[in-house]
Amino acid sequence: MIGGLFIYNHKGEVLISRVYRDDIGRNAVDAFRVNVIHARQQVRSPVTNIARTSFFHVKRSNIWLAAVTKQNVNAAMVFEFLYKMCDVMTAYFGKISEENIKNNFVLIYELLDEILDFGYPQNSETGALKTFITQTGIKSQSKEEQSQITSQVTGQIGWRREGIKYRRNELFLDVLESVNLLMSPQGQVLSAHVSGRVVMKSYLSGMPECKFGMNDKIVIDKQGKGGASEEAAGKSDLGGSGGGGGKQSIAIDDCTFHQCVRLSKFDAERSISFIPPDGECELMRYRTTKDIILPFRVIPLVREVGRTKLEVKVVIKSNFKPSLLAQKIEVRIPTPLNTSGVQVICMKGKAKYKASENAIVWKIKRMAGMKESQISAEIELLPTNDKKKWARPPISMNFEVPFAPSGLKVRYLKVFEPKLNYSDHDVIKWVRYIGRSGIYETRC
Amino acid sequence: MEWANQLCENRQFGSKMTDSKYFTTTKKGEIFELKAELNSDKKEKKKEAVKKVIASMTVGKDVSALFPDVVNCMQTDNLELKKLVYLYLMNYAKSQPDMAIMAVNTFVKDCEDANPLIRALAVRTMGCIRVDKITEYLCEPLRKCLKDEDPYVRKTAAVCVAKLHDINAQLVEDQGFLDTLKDLISDSNPMVVANAVAALSEIAESHPNSNLLDLNPQSINKLLTALNECTEWGQIFILDCLANYTPRDDRESQSICERVTPRLSHANSAVVLSAVKVLMKFMEMLPKDLDYYSTLLKKLAPPLVTLLSAEPELQYVALRNINLIVQKRPEILKHEMKVFFVKYNDPIYVKLEKLDIMIRLASQANIAQVLAELKEYATEVDVDFVRKAVRAIGRCAIKVEQSAERCVSTLLDLIQTKVNYVVQEAIVVIKDIFRKYPNKYESVIATLCENLDSLDEPEARAAMIWIVGEYAERIDNADELLESFLEGFHDESTQVQLQLLTAIVKLFLKKPTETQELVQQVLSLATQDSDNPDLRDRGYIYWRLLSTDPVAAKEVVLAEKPLISEETDLIEPTLLEELICHIGTLASVYHKPPSAFVEGSRGVMHKRLPARTGSGESTESPDVGAAGGSAPEAAPSIIPSQGDLLGDLLNLDMAPPTTSGPPPPSTGMQMGGMDLLGGGLDSLLGGDIGGSPAMGAGFGAAPAVMPASLNAPVGGGLGDLFDLGGVGMPMGAYIPPKIVWLPAMKAKGLEISGTFARRAGVIQMELILTNKAMSVMTDFAIQFNRNSFGLAPAGPLQVLTPLGPNQTIEVSLPLSTVGPVMKMDPLNNLQVAVKNNIDVFYFSCQYPISMLFVEDGKMERQVFLATWKDIPNDNESQFQIKDCHLNSDAASSKLQGSNIFTIAKRTVEGQDMLYMSIKLSNGIWVLAELRVQAGNPNYTISLKCRAPEVSQCVFQCYEAVLKN
Repeated sequence: MIGGLFIYNHKGEVLISRVYRDDIGRNAVDAFRVNVIHARQQVRSPVTNIARTSFFHVKRSNIWLAAVTKQNVNAAMVFEFLYKMCDVMTAYFGKISEENIKNNFVLIYELLDEILDFGYPQNSETGALKTFITQTGIKSQSKEEQSQITSQVTGQIGWRREGIKYRRNELFLDVLESVNLLMSPQGQVLSAHVSGRVVMKSYLSGMPECKFGMNDKIVIDKQGKGGASEEAAGKSDLGGSGGGGGKQSIAIDDCTFHQCVRLSKFDAERSISFIPPDGECELMRYRTTKDIILPFRVIPLVREVGRTKLEVKVVIKSNFKPSLLAQKIEVRIPTPLNTSGVQVICMKGKAKYKASENAIVWKIKRMAGMKESQISAEIELLPTNDKKKWARPPISMNFEVPFAPSGLKVRYLKVFEPKLNYSDHDVIKWVRYIGRSGIYETRC
Repeated sequence: MEWANQLCENRQFGSKMTDSKYFTTTKKGEIFELKAELNSDKKEKKKEAVKKVIASMTVGKDVSALFPDVVNCMQTDNLELKKLVYLYLMNYAKSQPDMAIMAVNTFVKDCEDANPLIRALAVRTMGCIRVDKITEYLCEPLRKCLKDEDPYVRKTAAVCVAKLHDINAQLVEDQGFLDTLKDLISDSNPMVVANAVAALSEIAESHPNSNLLDLNPQSINKLLTALNECTEWGQIFILDCLANYTPRDDRESQSICERVTPRLSHANSAVVLSAVKVLMKFMEMLPKDLDYYSTLLKKLAPPLVTLLSAEPELQYVALRNINLIVQKRPEILKHEMKVFFVKYNDPIYVKLEKLDIMIRLASQANIAQVLAELKEYATEVDVDFVRKAVRAIGRCAIKVEQSAERCVSTLLDLIQTKVNYVVQEAIVVIKDIFRKYPNKYESVIATLCENLDSLDEPEARAAMIWIVGEYAERIDNADELLESFLEGFHDESTQVQLQLLTAIVKLFLKKPTETQELVQQVLSLATQDSDNPDLRDRGYIYWRLLSTDPVAAKEVVLAEKPLISEETDLIEPTLLEELICHIGTLASVYHKPPSAFVEGSRGVMHKRLPARTGSGESTESPDVGAAGGSAPEAAPSIIPSQGDLLGDLLNLDMAPPTTSGPPPPSTGMQMGGMDLLGGGLDSLLGGDIGGSPAMGAGFGAAPAVMPASLNAPVGGGLGDLFDLGGVGMPMGAYIPPKIVWLPAMKAKGLEISGTFARRAGVIQMELILTNKAMSVMTDFAIQFNRNSFGLAPAGPLQVLTPLGPNQTIEVSLPLSTVGPVMKMDPLNNLQVAVKNNIDVFYFSCQYPISMLFVEDGKMERQVFLATWKDIPNDNESQFQIKDCHLNSDAASSKLQGSNIFTIAKRTVEGQDMLYMSIKLSNGIWVLAELRVQAGNPNYTISLKCRAPEVSQCVFQCYEAVLKN
């Protein structure tokens, strides 16, 4: 298990050091600094073995977090824990920075004592932790409060405490998708997938039982066979605002759920039921690869005119309902290292050559669906005798669209709270779809 | 500490009250100040002081002096302060064991506190204090806490048992904590169960044979129930524990799998990977014709792909594991090639791993896509990545025959880029392609040859040399090409040297007429001038083969090589099985068994996949055949990076054979009979060459004397073996003691020991033959290999009567110095072959060079002076003879007995200078100046000779003679 956990600043000075096991000595702190942080060559693996001691590290801005062990630990668990540790710290004091860490070092030690015991991760849900580890010092708790804390930390529903009350029961669902594309210069899709997340923000009283439904192909097909069910009624509840077309259902390649979702129930019935943590949580992650709506198409044309000149023409076409607007569009056209000058003409937006980034950056604030825009550039090159050809990195794109490129739609989210006196209808629900570019690249 | 000082300013500017200010106290005398603050009456001040202490501790400052003061703060109802004090205690208790006892009372009291959080805190901290005396006091509170009414305390106590076990295993057993811990597996609270499982698993690792976890269907059922309810971390502990269980039969195996599969949808990648581990292991037991088996296979792919959208560090862990899974069950991900395509801004460690998996998944169906990708990658910036991509193209060619042509042309395109490392990498893989598809793509050789000069890496040079040697008959200037490499032979790496040696021998066998000089040159470079035993051995083997039986040599060296197999770099199957059992752990990241990186016994148990139960089915991996035609029939054999000896002989060292190649025909060595080392080469060379003068030196009849120009330094090494030996002279002269040259074990019962002597001007080899076998030995014969001074038996070996079991015979064999000459390393090395009715045996021995000092070695004074001046000073070597207690006259007369003649003596400032001369049997003169200082046991000797390489041997003789 994890033998020790260290946090360093960018210089390699140790900010936090907590040792859990006897086999990790103080020299491990230095070993990591010397061999990884100060290494002459950039380290080529997130796992480093130095003198039979293994170091796992992640970096957040310029802060290094390192977990150390001498045993054959579960490596995936160690990284998951380090990420979790970052989440917990962020939840407590915001950005992970040197200053914030120093300002909260007592708190961090307290957290580390609680969420890792003898190197074994314990309950690390901020919701639960915040009930008894606070920045302002611990208030004396009544006996009831104490046992409530302990039952929550160890209980089946470790992520939610009892007795939450809101005057207005409200929930927000965000369907956030990032669409990834790799396209050949000829316009052939080499690979495309959407990785999506359903983020839920809930302000619900009591211990609400929730049930979430979407246009999952497997569920829809099952219903088609089995006839209309009670869920069909919920359809009108939360209509999605799809962008591309009237796709009825989507094929989900794979999905993972927040630990509040009952996985065995999903496995058996493919229904998503849970008691949500209070506040924000990432309910679900999913991936689709079929029938993706690619919001933009990039058509590149690169022509080498002699040895000292390149002509680049790039056309982008938006491919969604004309009534919808895409935002924050940015096209990044790489230029060779020996570029001496660039002239750009674009019909829409602003384009600039950024020498420090070796790219022409073309920005468009808004663009409606089914439109087209073009940029052309002349790139002057310095003659070189470098034999190596320019690698022609792909043209990449960023954008944001108000629909889910996967075609996913939320069909319903039903809330039941048997003990308290409010029904599903009393809950105010909001759904929003945002499609963003992930790695959206077209080779040229 | 610098930053601590900076923050000092923050405080001055009245910044917010934050903890960072505690880092500011770095001045001298601070310990004193802290002490005062710790003992303050005000609670707030106390707490501030403890915080400062912890801050100092963090940056590595020694604040152990404050131990008693900090412990005094322990008695408080302020939980925050208490936690800080405990933190301090955990750090320093070990260095202050006596004072730590002071804390025990508080701990014991806290363990009974009304607040469960405080009870748990106390028991958790106590377990972290590794002081024997405290441990004793821990037992009672721990026992209570294990049965506490509050689950939070119980789950903490469960881990505490593991802590205590780490400190004192015996105590834990004696106190019966293990049983209590086992009971906790049935606890009503899932987190208590999970922690108990974790603790038990850890303890069980240090007791490999104990049945501590006692996994049985009932307890497994409990675990599976808890699995649905506990935290993500608890699920990992339980799944990792489940993976150690072996179900009784395939039905149980299936029902566990069914209950584990929902975990594949967990957001936590570690839960997913641990579930994959359980499934991969238990699948082994399922009959592959079962519907459920194929369902399970289908269920595994999506979660594995999803892992690739995790953060890069986790992607890396996932990819290392997928690499194993793909080797074990290629069918799972065979349709998922695209997800392993490299993204432009993947971290390099992710890119490299993806590339590996792409090659493993490459098949006829997807090869076009893969190749297009690989070609893109080959133009990237990162050198390691580009190299791997180029290599991958070659591996695709070998793996998918239909794509070979496209791959080769892609590689040629890449060579045209002239990017140095791309070219080198391409040449290395093209060599492998030639091995897989001989006589198909040789048209590209011309292009390869154009890039000869740019190759600066050993592997690429070796590959190119291999290609030239292998296809020597088609490359017009093969001899020139190889000769160009030969110039810097000694600067090359061993890999290149070995390859060059083999290539030139191949060339010689293919084009004997034009390349004798070249082959001679390389053989002598390899055998005489090299210190590398592998190179020398191979050189000798070739030399002997060539000189004994060129036809056999041809058969051996130019033997048809087995084709290399499709898969390369596969992990050895038993290791792979073990690593599959360790999915998700460090072992699967390193691709090494835990024993390779974990100290001590913990976790070093070798894990195995379970065997399939049921009707007599074999235990081989069930995927064979299930994957349709694509699965290989037999487990593909692995190409190790370094070849075995047989492979070496067959010059396959860069890509040794898949099936162990045909052993080199041994007949070549034996068929000669009496003509063991004879000049069979003639049959190959034809009459016209046999007589050519160039051949004379090497292979033909030997000249009587050694060529005057021995032009390489003598490698010392083995020469020292004979240091103690003396010079064989009559008249009581020292003869080295007999030593065993050929042990009976190596010669089917024949043991040979012996020595050399010079008696009355005749060199004699004195042998003792002992028959340690059960049968009678007859028909003895002896022969020498060519050697530096042309030693050869002057007559047959006189063993007239058969040698019965346990009989010994002494034989004296007169030697002549007119045999064939070949420079040996060391110079005085002699390779001998002895034959009897059973077999031929080889051994080598070293003779004292003084044996060759002739009786007329006394030079005229004038001649001596002139010669001394004449020999360039570069040829002079100086040695020290230590601890010799003879005076100059005694030394002189002693040396004279061994034909070392003193010509003149001079005394300068109390130092005797003796001038001496020696003549060797082949006419080489050695001149010496011996300086002896009265009272100093260390002599200095300077030797001058036109063939300076003998100096070392001569010096050894001086030493041997003077000291005996």
